[in-house]
Amino acid sequence: MRRKEQMENTGKRFSKRDAWLLAAAALVILVVFVIFRQFSGGSGSTVTVTVGGEVYGTYSLDEDQKIDIKINGTVTNVLVIRDHQADMTEADCPDQLCVRQKAISKDHETIVCLPNQVVAEVSNPNGENELDDVAN
Amino acid sequence: MSKKKNIAFMGVFLALALVCSYVESLIPFYFGIPGMKLGLTNIVIIIILYCMGTKEAYCLSVLRVILAGFLFGNMFSILYSMAGAMLSLTVMYLLKKTGKFKIVTVSTLGGICHNIGQLTVASFVVENYYVFYYLPFLLIAGFITGLLIGIGAQEISLRVKRFF
Repeated sequence: MRRKEQMENTGKRFSKRDAWLLAAAALVILVVFVIFRQFSGGSGSTVTVTVGGEVYGTYSLDEDQKIDIKINGTVTNVLVIRDHQADMTEADCPDQLCVRQKAISKDHETIVCLPNQVVAEVSNPNGENELDDVAN
Repeated sequence: MSKKKNIAFMGVFLALALVCSYVESLIPFYFGIPGMKLGLTNIVIIIILYCMGTKEAYCLSVLRVILAGFLFGNMFSILYSMAGAMLSLTVMYLLKKTGKFKIVTVSTLGGICHNIGQLTVASFVVENYYVFYYLPFLLIAGFITGLLIGIGAQEISLRVKRFF
Protein backbone atom coordinates (compact mmCIF):
# COMPACT_ATOMS: atom_id res chain seq x y z
CA MET A 1 0.00 0.00 0.00
CA ARG A 2 2.69 2.40 1.08
CA ARG A 3 4.90 1.35 -1.83
CA LYS A 4 2.03 1.87 -4.25
CA GLU A 5 1.32 5.34 -2.89
CA GLN A 6 4.94 6.32 -3.24
CA MET A 7 4.97 5.09 -6.81
CA GLU A 8 1.96 7.23 -7.60
CA ASN A 9 3.64 10.22 -6.08
CA THR A 10 6.88 10.07 -8.02
CA GLY A 11 6.82 12.76 -10.63
CA LYS A 12 4.47 14.88 -8.56
CA ARG A 13 7.39 16.40 -6.70
CA PHE A 14 9.68 17.90 -9.27
CA SER A 15 9.72 18.47 -13.01
CA LYS A 16 12.10 19.86 -15.58
CA ARG A 17 10.21 23.16 -15.59
CA ASP A 18 10.74 23.50 -11.85
CA ALA A 19 14.45 22.94 -12.31
CA TRP A 20 14.58 25.65 -14.97
CA LEU A 21 12.71 28.22 -12.91
CA LEU A 22 14.79 27.48 -9.82
CA ALA A 23 17.99 27.72 -11.83
CA ALA A 24 16.83 31.06 -13.29
CA ALA A 25 16.03 32.37 -9.80
CA ALA A 26 19.42 31.23 -8.54
CA LEU A 27 21.10 32.96 -11.48
CA VAL A 28 19.28 36.24 -10.80
CA ILE A 29 20.31 36.06 -7.16
CA LEU A 30 23.90 35.40 -8.16
CA VAL A 31 23.88 38.43 -10.49
CA VAL A 32 22.39 40.65 -7.77
CA PHE A 33 24.99 39.35 -5.35
CA VAL A 34 27.89 40.11 -7.72
CA ILE A 35 26.54 43.59 -8.54
CA PHE A 36 26.12 44.44 -4.87
CA ARG A 37 29.62 43.18 -4.11
CA GLN A 38 30.99 45.50 -6.78
CA PHE A 39 29.38 48.53 -5.22
CA SER A 40 30.42 47.81 -1.66
CA GLY A 41 33.29 46.24 0.14
CA GLY A 42 35.46 49.31 0.68
CA SER A 43 36.05 50.09 4.31
CA GLY A 44 34.30 53.12 5.74
CA SER A 45 35.67 55.86 7.93
CA THR A 46 32.61 57.32 9.62
CA VAL A 47 29.31 56.07 10.96
CA THR A 48 26.19 58.20 10.59
CA VAL A 49 23.26 57.71 12.93
CA THR A 50 19.82 58.70 11.71
CA VAL A 51 16.57 58.70 13.67
CA GLY A 52 13.37 58.60 11.61
CA GLY A 53 15.32 59.61 8.51
CA GLU A 54 16.91 62.67 10.13
CA VAL A 55 20.62 62.79 10.84
CA TYR A 56 21.35 62.42 14.54
CA GLY A 57 25.12 62.59 14.32
CA THR A 58 28.22 61.49 12.43
CA TYR A 59 31.07 59.81 14.27
CA SER A 60 34.56 58.75 13.26
CA LEU A 61 35.34 55.05 13.32
CA ASP A 62 38.96 55.87 14.16
CA GLU A 63 38.35 56.76 17.78
CA ASP A 64 36.78 54.40 20.28
CA GLN A 65 33.64 55.90 21.73
CA LYS A 66 30.24 55.14 23.20
CA ILE A 67 27.27 56.98 21.73
CA ASP A 68 24.00 57.22 23.64
CA ILE A 69 21.18 57.73 21.17
CA LYS A 70 18.44 59.70 22.87
CA ILE A 71 14.91 60.09 21.59
CA ASN A 72 12.81 62.64 23.47
CA GLY A 73 15.33 62.74 26.30
CA THR A 74 15.53 59.01 27.02
CA VAL A 75 18.37 56.79 25.84
CA THR A 76 16.88 54.21 23.48
CA ASN A 77 19.98 52.77 21.83
CA VAL A 78 23.69 52.64 22.60
CA LEU A 79 26.22 52.44 19.80
CA VAL A 80 29.80 51.52 20.65
CA ILE A 81 32.74 52.16 18.34
CA ARG A 82 35.77 49.99 18.97
CA ASP A 83 38.58 48.75 16.71
CA HIS A 84 37.12 50.65 13.71
CA GLN A 85 33.83 48.81 14.10
CA ALA A 86 30.45 50.11 15.19
CA ASP A 87 28.22 47.83 17.21
CA MET A 88 24.80 48.38 18.74
CA THR A 89 25.11 47.14 22.29
CA GLU A 90 21.86 48.26 23.88
CA ALA A 91 18.32 48.88 22.74
CA ASP A 92 15.10 49.30 24.67
CA CYS A 93 12.98 47.41 22.17
CA PRO A 94 11.74 43.88 22.90
CA ASP A 95 13.08 42.09 19.82
CA GLN A 96 16.75 43.12 20.28
CA LEU A 97 17.45 42.33 16.64
CA CYS A 98 19.83 45.27 16.21
CA VAL A 99 21.80 44.26 19.31
CA ARG A 100 22.31 40.74 18.02
CA GLN A 101 23.45 42.02 14.66
CA LYS A 102 27.18 41.86 14.05
CA ALA A 103 29.42 44.94 14.23
CA ILE A 104 29.72 46.98 11.03
CA SER A 105 32.75 48.57 9.42
CA LYS A 106 32.39 48.40 5.62
CA ASP A 107 31.02 51.17 3.42
CA HIS A 108 27.19 51.25 3.35
CA GLU A 109 26.79 48.57 6.00
CA THR A 110 23.92 49.37 8.31
CA ILE A 111 22.49 48.42 11.66
CA VAL A 112 18.77 49.04 11.83
CA CYS A 113 16.56 49.26 14.88
CA LEU A 114 13.09 49.25 13.37
CA PRO A 115 10.97 49.91 16.47
CA ASN A 116 12.93 53.09 17.25
CA GLN A 117 13.57 53.92 13.58
CA VAL A 118 17.27 54.22 14.35
CA VAL A 119 19.77 53.52 11.58
CA ALA A 120 23.55 53.45 11.94
CA GLU A 121 25.27 53.50 8.58
CA VAL A 122 28.96 53.35 7.72
CA SER A 123 30.11 55.77 5.03
CA ASN A 124 33.29 56.96 3.48
CA PRO A 125 33.07 60.75 2.96
CA ASN A 126 36.58 61.12 1.57
CA GLY A 127 36.34 58.57 -1.22
CA GLU A 128 40.00 58.82 -2.24
CA ASN A 129 40.97 56.69 0.75
CA GLU A 130 39.48 53.71 -1.00
CA LEU A 131 41.82 54.17 -3.95
CA ASP A 132 44.74 54.42 -1.57
CA ASP A 133 43.68 51.17 0.02
CA VAL A 134 43.64 49.51 -3.37
CA ALA A 135 47.05 50.96 -4.26
CA ASN A 136 48.49 49.74 -1.00
CA MET B 1 -16.41 20.76 1.81
CA SER B 2 -19.24 21.93 4.05
CA LYS B 3 -19.07 25.39 5.53
CA LYS B 4 -18.96 24.18 9.12
CA LYS B 5 -16.12 21.80 8.45
CA ASN B 6 -14.31 24.58 6.63
CA ILE B 7 -14.52 26.92 9.62
CA ALA B 8 -13.30 24.20 11.96
CA PHE B 9 -10.36 23.45 9.66
CA MET B 10 -9.47 27.12 9.47
CA GLY B 11 -9.45 27.42 13.25
CA VAL B 12 -7.18 24.42 13.63
CA PHE B 13 -4.82 25.66 10.94
CA LEU B 14 -4.68 29.16 12.41
CA ALA B 15 -3.69 27.61 15.73
CA LEU B 16 -1.08 25.51 13.94
CA ALA B 17 0.33 28.58 12.17
CA LEU B 18 0.58 30.43 15.50
CA VAL B 19 2.34 27.47 17.10
CA CYS B 20 4.80 27.53 14.18
CA SER B 21 5.39 31.25 14.78
CA TYR B 22 6.03 30.55 18.43
CA VAL B 23 8.41 27.66 17.75
CA GLU B 24 10.23 29.88 15.30
CA SER B 25 10.64 32.63 17.89
CA LEU B 26 12.34 30.06 20.13
CA ILE B 27 14.86 28.86 17.55
CA PRO B 28 17.92 31.11 17.50
CA PHE B 29 18.14 31.01 13.72
CA TYR B 30 20.29 34.05 13.36
CA PHE B 31 23.40 34.81 11.36
CA GLY B 32 23.90 38.52 11.93
CA ILE B 33 21.53 39.52 9.18
CA PRO B 34 18.31 41.27 10.15
CA GLY B 35 15.00 39.81 9.05
CA MET B 36 16.28 36.30 8.40
CA LYS B 37 13.83 33.63 9.45
CA LEU B 38 13.07 29.99 8.75
CA GLY B 39 9.46 30.68 7.77
CA LEU B 40 7.94 27.56 9.31
CA THR B 41 4.44 29.03 9.10
CA ASN B 42 4.76 29.04 5.36
CA ILE B 43 4.28 25.24 5.43
CA VAL B 44 0.81 25.80 6.86
CA ILE B 45 0.00 28.59 4.40
CA ILE B 46 1.11 26.48 1.42
CA ILE B 47 -0.93 23.49 2.54
CA ILE B 48 -4.00 25.73 2.91
CA LEU B 49 -3.33 27.25 -0.52
CA TYR B 50 -3.12 23.82 -2.15
CA CYS B 51 -5.71 21.89 -0.17
CA MET B 52 -8.39 24.46 0.65
CA GLY B 53 -8.18 27.52 -1.55
CA THR B 54 -6.81 30.97 -2.26
CA LYS B 55 -9.33 32.95 -0.20
CA GLU B 56 -8.68 30.76 2.81
CA ALA B 57 -4.92 31.12 2.42
CA TYR B 58 -5.11 34.93 2.33
CA CYS B 59 -7.50 35.01 5.29
CA LEU B 60 -5.26 32.76 7.35
CA SER B 61 -2.10 34.63 6.40
CA VAL B 62 -3.50 38.03 7.44
CA LEU B 63 -4.85 36.69 10.74
CA ARG B 64 -1.61 34.86 11.43
CA VAL B 65 0.55 37.95 10.90
CA ILE B 66 -1.63 40.16 13.11
CA LEU B 67 -1.99 37.64 15.94
CA ALA B 68 1.67 36.57 15.89
CA GLY B 69 2.64 40.25 15.84
CA PHE B 70 0.59 40.97 18.96
CA LEU B 71 1.86 37.84 20.71
CA PHE B 72 5.57 37.77 19.85
CA GLY B 73 6.37 41.04 18.07
CA ASN B 74 5.42 44.67 17.85
CA MET B 75 3.70 47.16 15.56
CA PHE B 76 6.64 47.24 13.18
CA SER B 77 7.04 43.51 12.95
CA ILE B 78 3.35 43.32 11.96
CA LEU B 79 3.92 45.95 9.30
CA TYR B 80 6.83 44.30 7.59
CA SER B 81 5.69 40.72 8.12
CA MET B 82 2.44 41.72 6.44
CA ALA B 83 4.22 43.15 3.41
CA GLY B 84 6.37 40.04 3.11
CA ALA B 85 3.46 37.66 3.64
CA MET B 86 1.18 39.37 1.11
CA LEU B 87 3.82 39.66 -1.62
CA SER B 88 4.93 36.09 -1.06
CA LEU B 89 1.39 34.69 -1.06
CA THR B 90 0.43 36.65 -4.18
CA VAL B 91 3.45 35.35 -6.06
CA MET B 92 2.79 31.81 -4.86
CA TYR B 93 -0.87 32.08 -5.88
CA LEU B 94 0.04 33.31 -9.37
CA LEU B 95 2.65 30.58 -9.83
CA LYS B 96 0.19 27.96 -8.63
CA LYS B 97 -2.45 29.33 -11.00
CA THR B 98 -0.20 28.71 -14.01
CA GLY B 99 -0.36 25.05 -13.03
CA LYS B 100 3.10 24.47 -14.38
CA PHE B 101 5.15 24.34 -11.22
CA LYS B 102 5.42 22.05 -8.23
CA ILE B 103 5.14 23.14 -4.62
CA VAL B 104 8.92 23.21 -4.12
CA THR B 105 9.36 25.88 -6.78
CA VAL B 106 6.32 27.85 -5.69
CA SER B 107 7.59 27.89 -2.11
CA THR B 108 11.12 28.92 -3.09
CA LEU B 109 9.89 31.89 -5.11
CA GLY B 110 7.53 32.72 -2.26
CA GLY B 111 10.40 32.69 0.21
CA ILE B 112 12.45 35.04 -1.93
CA CYS B 113 9.50 37.43 -2.40
CA HIS B 114 8.76 37.38 1.31
CA ASN B 115 12.18 38.82 1.99
CA ILE B 116 11.91 41.37 -0.82
CA GLY B 117 8.59 42.65 0.56
CA GLN B 118 9.91 42.80 4.08
CA LEU B 119 13.05 44.66 3.12
CA THR B 120 11.14 47.17 0.99
CA VAL B 121 8.85 48.11 3.87
CA ALA B 122 11.79 48.19 6.29
CA SER B 123 13.62 50.66 4.06
CA PHE B 124 10.51 52.88 3.89
CA VAL B 125 10.05 52.77 7.65
CA VAL B 126 13.59 53.87 8.43
CA GLU B 127 13.82 56.07 5.30
CA ASN B 128 17.19 54.62 4.45
CA TYR B 129 17.69 52.82 1.18
CA TYR B 130 21.08 51.39 2.06
CA VAL B 131 19.16 48.76 3.99
CA PHE B 132 19.15 47.10 0.57
CA TYR B 133 22.77 46.29 1.27
CA TYR B 134 21.34 43.15 2.83
CA LEU B 135 19.28 42.27 -0.24
CA PRO B 136 21.66 39.66 -1.72
CA PHE B 137 21.99 37.86 1.62
CA LEU B 138 18.25 37.91 2.17
CA LEU B 139 17.61 36.62 -1.35
CA ILE B 140 19.93 33.68 -0.75
CA ALA B 141 18.34 33.05 2.64
CA GLY B 142 14.87 33.22 1.09
CA PHE B 143 15.89 30.76 -1.60
CA ILE B 144 17.30 28.22 0.83
CA THR B 145 14.56 28.45 3.46
CA GLY B 146 11.85 28.53 0.77
CA LEU B 147 13.31 25.40 -0.80
CA LEU B 148 13.46 23.52 2.51
CA ILE B 149 9.97 24.63 3.51
CA GLY B 150 8.76 23.68 0.02
CA ILE B 151 10.13 20.16 0.29
CA GLY B 152 8.40 19.80 3.65
CA ALA B 153 5.12 21.23 2.40
CA GLN B 154 5.24 19.02 -0.70
CA GLU B 155 5.63 15.85 1.31
CA ILE B 156 2.90 16.84 3.77
CA SER B 157 0.44 17.91 1.12
CA LEU B 158 0.89 14.70 -0.91
CA ARG B 159 -0.03 12.70 2.17
CA VAL B 160 -2.71 14.98 3.57
CA LYS B 161 -4.63 16.00 0.47
CA ARG B 162 -7.01 13.06 0.52
CA PHE B 163 -8.41 14.16 3.89
CA PHE B 164 -9.84 17.34 2.45
